[in-house]
Amino acid sequence: MKISRDDVVRVAELAYLDLSESELETYRAQIDEILEYISKLNELDTANVEPMAQVLTDDQTADATLREDIVVPCGIAAEVLKQAPDPEPPFFRMPKVIER
Amino acid sequence: MTTTWTIDGVREGLAAKKISARELTADFYQRIETRHAELNAYLALSPERAYAQADQIDALVAAGKPLPALAGVPVAIKDVLSTRGITTTCGSKILEHYVPPYDASAVSRLEEAGAVILGKTNCDEFAMGSSNENSAYGPVKNPVAPDRVPGGSSGGSAAVVAAGLAVAALGTDTGGSIRQPGALCGIPAMMGSYGRVSRYGLIAFASSLDRIGPFATNVKDVATILQTIAGRDPNDSTSTTAPVPTYTDEISKPVKGLRIGIPRDYFAEGLDSGVRDKIEKGIELLKTLGCEPVDIRMPHTDYAIATYYIIATAEASSNLARYDGVRYGLRVDDPTLLGMYRKTRGAGFGAEVKRRIVLGTYVLSAGYYDAYYLKGQKVRALIAQDFRDAFTKVDAIVTPTSPVPAFKLGERTSDPLEMYLADIYTVTGSLAGVPGISVPCGKIGGKLPVGLQLFGPAFGESRILQLAHAFEQAGGASI
Repeated sequence: MKISRDDVVRVAELAYLDLSESELETYRAQIDEILEYISKLNELDTANVEPMAQVLTDDQTADATLREDIVVPCGIAAEVLKQAPDPEPPFFRMPKVIER
Repeated sequence: MTTTWTIDGVREGLAAKKISARELTADFYQRIETRHAELNAYLALSPERAYAQADQIDALVAAGKPLPALAGVPVAIKDVLSTRGITTTCGSKILEHYVPPYDASAVSRLEEAGAVILGKTNCDEFAMGSSNENSAYGPVKNPVAPDRVPGGSSGGSAAVVAAGLAVAALGTDTGGSIRQPGALCGIPAMMGSYGRVSRYGLIAFASSLDRIGPFATNVKDVATILQTIAGRDPNDSTSTTAPVPTYTDEISKPVKGLRIGIPRDYFAEGLDSGVRDKIEKGIELLKTLGCEPVDIRMPHTDYAIATYYIIATAEASSNLARYDGVRYGLRVDDPTLLGMYRKTRGAGFGAEVKRRIVLGTYVLSAGYYDAYYLKGQKVRALIAQDFRDAFTKVDAIVTPTSPVPAFKLGERTSDPLEMYLADIYTVTGSLAGVPGISVPCGKIGGKLPVGLQLFGPAFGESRILQLAHAFEQAGGASI
């Protein structure tokens, strides 16, 4: 077994994701099967391979250098706040953060 | 029988005043109304915006002014692309009532070129899926066989074009989500190179893989749409400055003498015999056009699915952290902040999205990062190297798009791994960042479409568009 029920509980905690008892077990079994499949990557010796973290190589680079940080007003704050579940313009309101 | 409109057809119709842009728009809304209950392909319609745009085009016609490239062309947009003032759900309950305050760059470029945006198309939740059955708003039906899936995740975009409910559509492709539904619905569908099209306003799934691209009824229209949306955008630092060729001129260049690589690793077990038969006939057709098939090896193909599902889920777990019930979307109340996060995310996300968040968080978590995520990035480098090696020997690579034709609704939903394995021929090119197109290659039993996939080297879109166009003109769709 690659992943235990406790692992799934811990990961769901990290991801701030409520899972029901039945979801916990379903996902554990399915992810276990997927991880078993993924372990085939261990057949490959990658000791001397550089990880590929992004696709664009130097000769295709879009932004070789950082651009100037210029403030451009977009004037959509009111519209953005309208999408919030509990807006208190100009703020987003949320439950108290101090206590965990 | 409804007319099949093309971009050229719309232009000629408008210029000759045979039809107005408003009449054409109304005709498409009529078609949508007729087929909606059956196909479930649109999630939102935007008639106000569409008619306003149509009227502007009609004013240009009336004034005898030149028409932009996509004047009056009715298009549909996958619901993961932001559209100002039009609900954008990503096929998820967590964004059920979300109305973006701005347009994705690809959308505004289409509109600036005169296109009429009809509405938003259904898709797998956050573009995660290969059958469109992961939409929170119900699956899309395949217009060629309504008991079957249209493919995914851009199933709605493929279905509306195949059914004549839009002349073209935008989709997104992370592991095959444009090419595979294009194949299953029997229309050409393309993703450009990573960096070719700005992703500003695309709601992110996996940022090192996500790409935006077109569906249309013919390769020339695919080329026109790609050309319209391609090119540098200061709002997306991953969009490149590489010049955008005039694809519509490039497509008619001769294909005689081009070397096409046939990777035998793509014709291994798991390939449906009906699909294999059509692809072999497709390769024969390319030979008659003067292309030279070359046997090539892509030795890391067998590791692509495992690599893809590490990288895609890791990036998804990070990207989807933003849905926290604070700034937009669903909130499920709880007196504590963390309780609110957990409940909101638990209630708002569907099963496939939760599964991928759990897997992605796991492969990134302390103690597992090296074994999974770092390993995946290393194997990704090997897969990309397979492509670079191949393109020293050949001009393009030919494969099936999907190992199977459209399958029945519900047939594969119980086993996520089995569903993932069917992405084998598309994820390789996604990982490598190269462009790919799926072009119709006959129908099994005269009914179920097969797609032939062409990969080109990075920024070699012209080459695969040429091949796809020549293949289409030579009757590839009715092989």
